[in-house]
Amino acid sequence: MIEPVGLLADLLPLALLAGVIGLDVVSFPQVMISRPIAGATIAGAMFGAPVAGLVCGAALECLALESLPVGASRYPEWGSASVVAGAVAALGADAAAMPRPGAFVIAVVIGIATAWLGGWTMVRHRRLIARFARPRLDQLAAGSRQTVVGLQVFGMTVDLLRGAALGVLAYLPARYVAVWCDAHWTVRDDVSRAVVVTTVAAVAATAVWKDFHAISGTRRLFLLSLAVGTALVIARA
Amino acid sequence: MAVPRLDARTHANVFVRCLAIQGSWNYEILMGNGVGFAIEPALRRLPGGVDGPAYRQALARQSAYFNAHPYLAPLAIGALARAEIDGENPVRIERFRTALCGPLGSVGGRLVWAAWLPACSLVALLMFGVGWSPAGTVVGFLVLFNAGHFALREWGLRAGWRHGLRVATALGHPVLQHGPRYIGRVAAVLGGLALPLAVHRAIGGPAPLSAIPVGVTIVTPLLAVLLVRLHGRFEGWRAVLALLAVFVLYSVVR
Repeated sequence: MIEPVGLLADLLPLALLAGVIGLDVVSFPQVMISRPIAGATIAGAMFGAPVAGLVCGAALECLALESLPVGASRYPEWGSASVVAGAVAALGADAAAMPRPGAFVIAVVIGIATAWLGGWTMVRHRRLIARFARPRLDQLAAGSRQTVVGLQVFGMTVDLLRGAALGVLAYLPARYVAVWCDAHWTVRDDVSRAVVVTTVAAVAATAVWKDFHAISGTRRLFLLSLAVGTALVIARA
Repeated sequence: MAVPRLDARTHANVFVRCLAIQGSWNYEILMGNGVGFAIEPALRRLPGGVDGPAYRQALARQSAYFNAHPYLAPLAIGALARAEIDGENPVRIERFRTALCGPLGSVGGRLVWAAWLPACSLVALLMFGVGWSPAGTVVGFLVLFNAGHFALREWGLRAGWRHGLRVATALGHPVLQHGPRYIGRVAAVLGGLALPLAVHRAIGGPAPLSAIPVGVTIVTPLLAVLLVRLHGRFEGWRAVLALLAVFVLYSVVR
């Protein structure tokens, strides 16, 4: 049973981490700590369960392979979302333990939902900067250094706050839902993990299949190496 | 013509600011303000310094509408900074600036978003699959990805500064032209190796020929084929969200 304790002590570092990692998605510095496999693992480690965070991060990474963060398009924001998911996956797990089944499934669901919501907040953020910039376009056209720097600082500060707020707002309900679901979870641990992993691995395989289809021979290479990978799993047992 | 020297401090200042080039990305001028922000330290070298008309006119030009791939934008910034310092015709600079948007966006998208990032992501899944620790997996992924990331930005800034308005020649670099094809092939192999190993670890590492792994091995490709066939109608993450939401309800309600 997961105990819902220490909420405030959890929220402050989570907000900070979600803000910083959310900022990495687009604004600064895009070093990809915002990829799920990094973000969720760091969050899991922060909440005392790095392995649970890593497993959850690997599951979300499979999904993130599908979406390319191209220009002005709206895409899932996996940064803050993976922090929330990693923190939820860590609920009730020990440092070296796999995530609890209910918490794991909820973490992945919440991660996807938060990424979708995060994509929407990024669009709002861009519109907000545009609204802030519009009355200052004359100053920009006059070459005002203060305006250029001010606009940049405004955009990055709001993005940091966006990520932090998104992280907190998603984590608060997610934590209680995960605690409740885990207490009422009836499906076996191994089956629960298998269901999550099957669905995300199918998306990852689809993404690899589609991403590199234009390069001759890649699909054959992919199928061949899938067979080798499967053989490795059997050989390593 | 001899290439003027960009001192180390200005170079470092521009490079770090390039990391924040999308900090004020918006639907009005896209990355424009970010370009002005990143190039500003180099413009301080113009006659009259930050209070001179040359500086203000150049900053105004560089803060107008612009878009490119963020990792390749330093190529434009280096070239534009050089053009401003060389005192090129402003009309020519503006025309050049507009012409750069498309190629830098498409080349960067193909090389980074569609090849390098997924390849590094698959390496991370492979590290996870073969049993690397959480710290090892994260550090390994970040070091690998950012080796390419920072090298590309640094090369871009230097090549842009060196070539100035003739920077188009730098876009013919073999890594930019053929990199996506080779990285794609490697990524396909990595993907094939990583997925079974990562799946096995994520389900808890049971005996490979027991019911659960065998079931996963059969169902995953079937689901993947279905998703490929439904290509374009909806994204996979939406399908996963729906399936897992139903699964949660089933598990807690039954």
